Amino acid sequence: MQANPWIAGMLAVTVCAGCAHRQGTAPALKAKAAGAAIVVVSGDKQLGFTGALLAQPLVVQVNDDQGNAVPGALVAVTGPRGVAVDPAQVLTDDSGQATIKVMSRGSSGRYEVTATSQDAHGKAFTLAVAEYAAGYQEEVGSEVNGKYCSRCHDPESTTEQVSNYDNLSVKPHSFASGDAYNKFSDADLANIIARGGPAMNRSAQMPPYGWTLNKAEIQAAIAYIRLVSDPPYAAPGVVYAKH
Amino acid sequence: MQTHKSGFISSIKAFVCDPFRMFGVVSLVLLLLLTIAPAKDYFSEWHGYQRQYLNIIRNRGDAITLRRHFEGGLHQIWIPQLGVVDRCETCHVGLTETSLADVKEQPFRAHPAMPHKLTEFGCVVCHRGQGGATTVNEAHHSEMAGEEPILPARYMESSCGQCHQGPLEGTPKLNRGRAMLSRYGCVSCHSISLPDGTKLEATDNPPPLTHIADKTTREWIYAWLKDPTSYSTSATMPNFALSDADASDISAFLIANSVPQPGDQVALPAQGHGPAADPAAGASLYGESFCASCHAAQNAAGNLVGGDLGPELTNVGTKVKPEWLLAWMRDPQKYDPATPMPQYRWTDAQLKVIAGYVQNKSNPDLLSNVHLQPATRAQIAHGKQLVTEYGCASCHEIRGVPKPDNFGPNLSRIGSKPVVQLVFLPDMEHSLPAYLTQKIREPRSFGSTFRMPRYNFTPSQVEAVTTALLSLTDRSYSLPLNLQVAAVRETKYQPAGQAGQIMTNLNCLSCHRINGHGGDMAPDLSWEGSSVQRPWLDEFLKNPNTLRPALIRRMPKFNLTDAERTTLTDYMMTVYQTSSFQRDEMPLTGYTPEQVEKGRQLFYSKYACQSCHMVNPNEDKGYIGPTLTKVGARLNAAWIFHYLKDPQAMRPGTIEPNQHMSDDDARALTAFLMAQKTGAGQGAK
Repeated sequence: MQANPWIAGMLAVTVCAGCAHRQGTAPALKAKAAGAAIVVVSGDKQLGFTGALLAQPLVVQVNDDQGNAVPGALVAVTGPRGVAVDPAQVLTDDSGQATIKVMSRGSSGRYEVTATSQDAHGKAFTLAVAEYAAGYQEEVGSEVNGKYCSRCHDPESTTEQVSNYDNLSVKPHSFASGDAYNKFSDADLANIIARGGPAMNRSAQMPPYGWTLNKAEIQAAIAYIRLVSDPPYAAPGVVYAKH
Repeated sequence: MQTHKSGFISSIKAFVCDPFRMFGVVSLVLLLLLTIAPAKDYFSEWHGYQRQYLNIIRNRGDAITLRRHFEGGLHQIWIPQLGVVDRCETCHVGLTETSLADVKEQPFRAHPAMPHKLTEFGCVVCHRGQGGATTVNEAHHSEMAGEEPILPARYMESSCGQCHQGPLEGTPKLNRGRAMLSRYGCVSCHSISLPDGTKLEATDNPPPLTHIADKTTREWIYAWLKDPTSYSTSATMPNFALSDADASDISAFLIANSVPQPGDQVALPAQGHGPAADPAAGASLYGESFCASCHAAQNAAGNLVGGDLGPELTNVGTKVKPEWLLAWMRDPQKYDPATPMPQYRWTDAQLKVIAGYVQNKSNPDLLSNVHLQPATRAQIAHGKQLVTEYGCASCHEIRGVPKPDNFGPNLSRIGSKPVVQLVFLPDMEHSLPAYLTQKIREPRSFGSTFRMPRYNFTPSQVEAVTTALLSLTDRSYSLPLNLQVAAVRETKYQPAGQAGQIMTNLNCLSCHRINGHGGDMAPDLSWEGSSVQRPWLDEFLKNPNTLRPALIRRMPKFNLTDAERTTLTDYMMTVYQTSSFQRDEMPLTGYTPEQVEKGRQLFYSKYACQSCHMVNPNEDKGYIGPTLTKVGARLNAAWIFHYLKDPQAMRPGTIEPNQHMSDDDARALTAFLMAQKTGAGQGAK
């Protein structure tokens, strides 16, 4: 049976890590124009489950040195091992944009997809776009965040959910602010979540959740905070006592 | 040749006859044979991983502890009751070493926190694969008959569903997927039963098509059948990829098959065509009636705003006939007795305004290209044949077409379907999850003769449904019965008597849950009588003002008569009480100023309640929880006290955290809150 090309295209991204290699051998496209910079239009910093297609495609735009969109510029997209991108090479459309489907890698954590194009002199310029692959724990954590945390910790309001951020006299940190959270150890974060802000000498407006959430949920919430942290969080490994 | 042969024989002879030489050679052979076993062992895959592990831990600060925990050789978890023989720990050496949190490469990662003990459940119950195997390939990738490959991590929640038949806190994706099986009518065609014998039932409410000609036109049915999403982007009806001729024949059959129902249409007001439309009054009545709590509509920016309990109304004027709409809004249960829509008790003037407003939500372009010829008898008969073939009656009630039994394959054990029994497309990964995903996303890609329609699902929805299907395994039937955790089943509760009739007519249970039955949009009313004071409830039913400013889904106003209101209030105050405390065990008034002041301090400092609640409307800003400005005139003191002590016990699922309050603190806060009777911020700073 002959599969139609659209389905084959979908399959190429859904199937296996192996297709990452296959796409490398796709017939090369020729650039019709050259730009000077790539910018992200949408689809960056998305949370996707490991090994699954991201909900929104990654859209990038090639601009010239005046900041105008360049149609027909060649964009090559690569990801780390286990991340499939489709298409791996694409010409920007009439609005100077290229749309790329991205499949999260198989293990959880932050990863970067790199888009490369060349200017008129053949010099390459790149753009690194961060995405987050959520494993089971991070996914549960993002649910916990959505139900209990985000109303205060996320300053963005939507029609469905109005943020309480502006109403608080002590402003909570957004979970993306790694500078605020990376200095806390997992144990300290668990302590704040379970026993409230005052347990770590912080605001009582952070209530204790230790009698509402169980240990696994608190750990999941921490895993989520670590995942979306920017700059990324590096686990300390073993900490030695100072002599 | 001859000489060679004799030479060979003679050398054999010399060899056999020389016992010393013979002994030496045989010993050598024996020695070589003896080294095979240890060599095989040494060069085995798992041994390699164990050596690699020792290398990794050698230079770590915790090397001594890790080295002490490490024990070489094959490891095995054996749990006869579960049929588990898992040797996974042979390679996954550091599974239980929490200090390996920073090691990211497999097979040496520590297992993340989990609700069950490794020694009680082993590995394959959740991860699948062959636990007994000692090579990566056999353990992870085998597709042979009777064996199954390892489950990709993103479907892991499906394994929880083998025992836990109901929603679980830790399995959001599985819960979503299971709800979708019922919500999108999957179980109308595919029968799915659980190990305890219960059958999943559809929770969507597809409209009966028996009187459809009263409601809409053949042209609309045609356009809808061709592509439901062109009419409404949030349509739950799937796309059957019908040809123009087939869609035309089905629409002809449905119209010809429809019988008029007396009262389905009312005469339109005399002036002009259709109900008078007053856009400003219409919009405000639409808002006041909180139609958006259940119905979504696209706003000017093109975003869908509103609930999904009822159908999307963006283009509804293109669909419904004005005379039907007026009759429907007067009494929806006449057309569809099972509808979740309440009877609003609008006055005739209001009906005209609201129906006119809704009728104006239309897009004439939708049907501008639909020109259907009057159908012949043969075409109508063909339409009926198609309706039968595509199983339309599995979901919709259609006159003269019985509901088919077992229309699609039974999916009760789909999660254990062997890979060898599946037919894959070229270039497709050979695994059950990949097959299910493709089947849900593009059912007809496996052949144009397949009848399964295509749903308009997002990738995460496809993943959720796949997860739910993968949880339906053979193993869930073979596990010991005491491990099965049954789902909390929806009860058949219906309020009785006169109040019950009013509540059925208002469809209270579409949004509220009472005694285990009903919707989850609005608060559970099972204990409402213990919670609120009677005068407040009476006033609220007269004029439902909102308690939570941040919510867009709110209680509509139903124009109840005084008698209806009194009946409802009496019934709710008497019947809907909790047995865990007496509602008058604490007084409504009479708290001392000292108690109130202590409560005030606790409210603003220790518990920082003002982050989410307002007591003093001039000072406080929090609006996550209900406004508490008049809470002393709304709630019973005993309810407040018990709620503060354990919010989740009084309202399961509430996000108000349990603060583990002492009785003294809870009493003081109750005193402070009971002092808030008029909204002036009594006792507040």
